[in-house]
Amino acid sequence: MFKITTEVITGETVREAVEGPDAGAVVLFLGTVRDNTDGRPVKCLEYEAYPPMAEKKMAEIAQEVSDKWGISRVAMVHRVGKLEIGEVSVAVAVASPHRKDGFEACKYAMDRLKQIVPIWKREIWADGEAEWVKPDAVYFDSLKPRKTDPQTG
Amino acid sequence: MNVTVKYFAVCHEMLDRSEEEMELPDGATVKTILQKLEEEWPEIAEFYEVMQMSVNWEYATENTELAEGDEVALIPPVTGGCDV
Repeated sequence: MFKITTEVITGETVREAVEGPDAGAVVLFLGTVRDNTDGRPVKCLEYEAYPPMAEKKMAEIAQEVSDKWGISRVAMVHRVGKLEIGEVSVAVAVASPHRKDGFEACKYAMDRLKQIVPIWKREIWADGEAEWVKPDAVYFDSLKPRKTDPQTG
Repeated sequence: MNVTVKYFAVCHEMLDRSEEEMELPDGATVKTILQKLEEEWPEIAEFYEVMQMSVNWEYATENTELAEGDEVALIPPVTGGCDV
């Protein structure tokens, strides 16, 4: 299961997708919406994705997990739209014969999701301001948009 | 040839549209699109180091050649998941 969804995600959603008789362990990771970023209060988050490419990249990550650990039971689901504090934004489940591989593979899959899966997060601050989250080295704020031509915009 | 170009997140916001059809000359590459966008949004050049492009759902380079009907996207740095 590799999916971008607007629906509520639960752990069960992805656990069911990976369960099987050859599994001795299911490692489940849930990413949830935190009420602050570096101490600044967050009201909610908005996620946007490029769904067909995101799902394709998730499937590629599962293939990498298969190549590295021989694990074929991987599920990844990411929610888009507006999410309230405490809601699940992403779920990754890995079922493996033994727990060590499962833990490693689950961490790897989540790390890779953050690197290559086209999903973007927008923070809506408690004070009403909003901004797209950017990696530390990137300062979008310093770039001002040129006014769009009404005919093309 | 005609291609579809998609804009996400900060690009969507800056260009004030989420996608458009573009008519390009034969032999056009991803760079041709970036040059066209630069006319409207000169500061976009400052994004190039951190932004990626995709063609038909696969990461591409400036030199990737385009074909009729391709779906191209500007991919700002991805920030999915949660910061833990």
